[in-house]
Amino acid sequence: MICDICHKKAATVHLTEIVDDQMMELHLCEECAREKGAQMEQHFGLADLLAGLADLGKQFPETTSQILECNHCGLKYEDFKRIGRLGCGECYESFKKSLAPLLRRIQGSTRHIGKSPKGKKMPRTKLEIRELKIRLKQAVEFEEFEEAARLRDKIKELEQKRGKKQGATDEHRGSAETKE
Amino acid sequence: MNIEDLLKQKSEWLRGIGPDSDIVVSSRIRLARNLRGYPFTHWGGDDEKAEIIEKIVTVCEKISRLKGALFLRINEISKVDRQFLVERHLMSREFGAEPEHKMLIISSDEVMSVMVNEEDHLRIQTMKSGFDLKNAWNIIDAFDEALAKELDFAYHDEFGYLTACPTNVGTGMRASVMLHLPSLVLTKQIDKILQAIAKLSLTTRGLYGEGTEASGNFFQISNQVTLGRSESELIEHISGMIGQVIEHERNARNALLEKNEARLKDRVWRAFGILKSSRIITSSETIDLLSSVRLGCDLNILPGMNTELLNELFIITQPAHLQKLEGKKLTPEERDLKRAQIIRERLNI
Repeated sequence: MICDICHKKAATVHLTEIVDDQMMELHLCEECAREKGAQMEQHFGLADLLAGLADLGKQFPETTSQILECNHCGLKYEDFKRIGRLGCGECYESFKKSLAPLLRRIQGSTRHIGKSPKGKKMPRTKLEIRELKIRLKQAVEFEEFEEAARLRDKIKELEQKRGKKQGATDEHRGSAETKE
Repeated sequence: MNIEDLLKQKSEWLRGIGPDSDIVVSSRIRLARNLRGYPFTHWGGDDEKAEIIEKIVTVCEKISRLKGALFLRINEISKVDRQFLVERHLMSREFGAEPEHKMLIISSDEVMSVMVNEEDHLRIQTMKSGFDLKNAWNIIDAFDEALAKELDFAYHDEFGYLTACPTNVGTGMRASVMLHLPSLVLTKQIDKILQAIAKLSLTTRGLYGEGTEASGNFFQISNQVTLGRSESELIEHISGMIGQVIEHERNARNALLEKNEARLKDRVWRAFGILKSSRIITSSETIDLLSSVRLGCDLNILPGMNTELLNELFIITQPAHLQKLEGKKLTPEERDLKRAQIIRERLNI
């Protein structure tokens, strides 16, 4: 098949697009596909990811010997590689060893920093304080002084809470030591 | 409220107001959330999807921000209506492509929308006119908190909010800004800028999936990474970068005015002339010409023109909007006629 744009090179990128309810197929060579650039990027997103996953399999052959099925929903890691969608929230735990290198690659990190649903058990006060300080800085920058005051009070409150908690832990340790 | 009411009002993101609205069309933030204990949408059964819709709708009906909101079952609305909602950026194209067990909730001011059973159980978004990510974040953050009070989100201490695709895990947040960068395109600096953006973990896309080839002067820039950085860090990062792009576009506009004023004016007035007099016009030609006229408006080359009117033309000349305005299905040829007529009417100032 020959490229629809340059009509010279072999088409290796195949794209189906629905425009005004009409299906359009485009067959492009790599060069022309690249030139289409920004417009095509959204179509390539998933393909890139899947290619990335395939590569990863080659780089880390040992992953094949690890758990390959989610113990909650039963999704096979193979299916995830094919479709690019995980089965359920538990998949993250089941496939942790294989997902960690993937996340490092596509996200540059494996650890969430940021908000969490309220009422969850995480005490991450330190992270929350850091987060609030950034927001405080922004509020001051944007001259939103009411918001800044609110954030300042919240930081103070959290810092006090954290201080108390640390104090409590020290006390606890202290009493344990006395027992010994 | 119903879909027809949307046609009568202006989309929030097209109001042409807000910071840097001469260059930034709109700012949008979306969060991906899933309910604990259910498979992700792609693998979910019909009963599970129905249950998720019921749960989320019950909660949303109680949230004050959604008072008077529009609740739409996608399989119950026509194809034209679905496309109409995509054109207004209230839902994704993929969401409309498989309409079963999908629910869309739109706040009466169109600032917020909630897609239920998209790739993730919940995709919530806020959209503001101009360069205003901070405000968009404040609105969506408060809404997310309200939802979290009633719904148990899939959350992992290490990975954060769990999403169907690992490209969204962590914050589940995508912040994107739509920019109009005609001068960077005209002065051929755009590729350099887009390359720099790509290096900084930001992604660029066109205006729409549809008719995108011709909308070359509109770019959506968004964060690529969702894990390992907090929401405010991500917003700060993208805002800093967008600030620089805006500055480059302003410089390019000034340079064009200084060095090529006559050519620039010629381009703007010709575009205006065609729009005011054409009898048949395609969607892509319209976007191209409106882009030039918008630049002329921003640089005060065209007296009496306003961004709001131009923004309105951008949207009402889209295929589904034209058909909704006409009240019937139109062939592409009929649309080109109708489009030219509407533009002439509106520009007859």
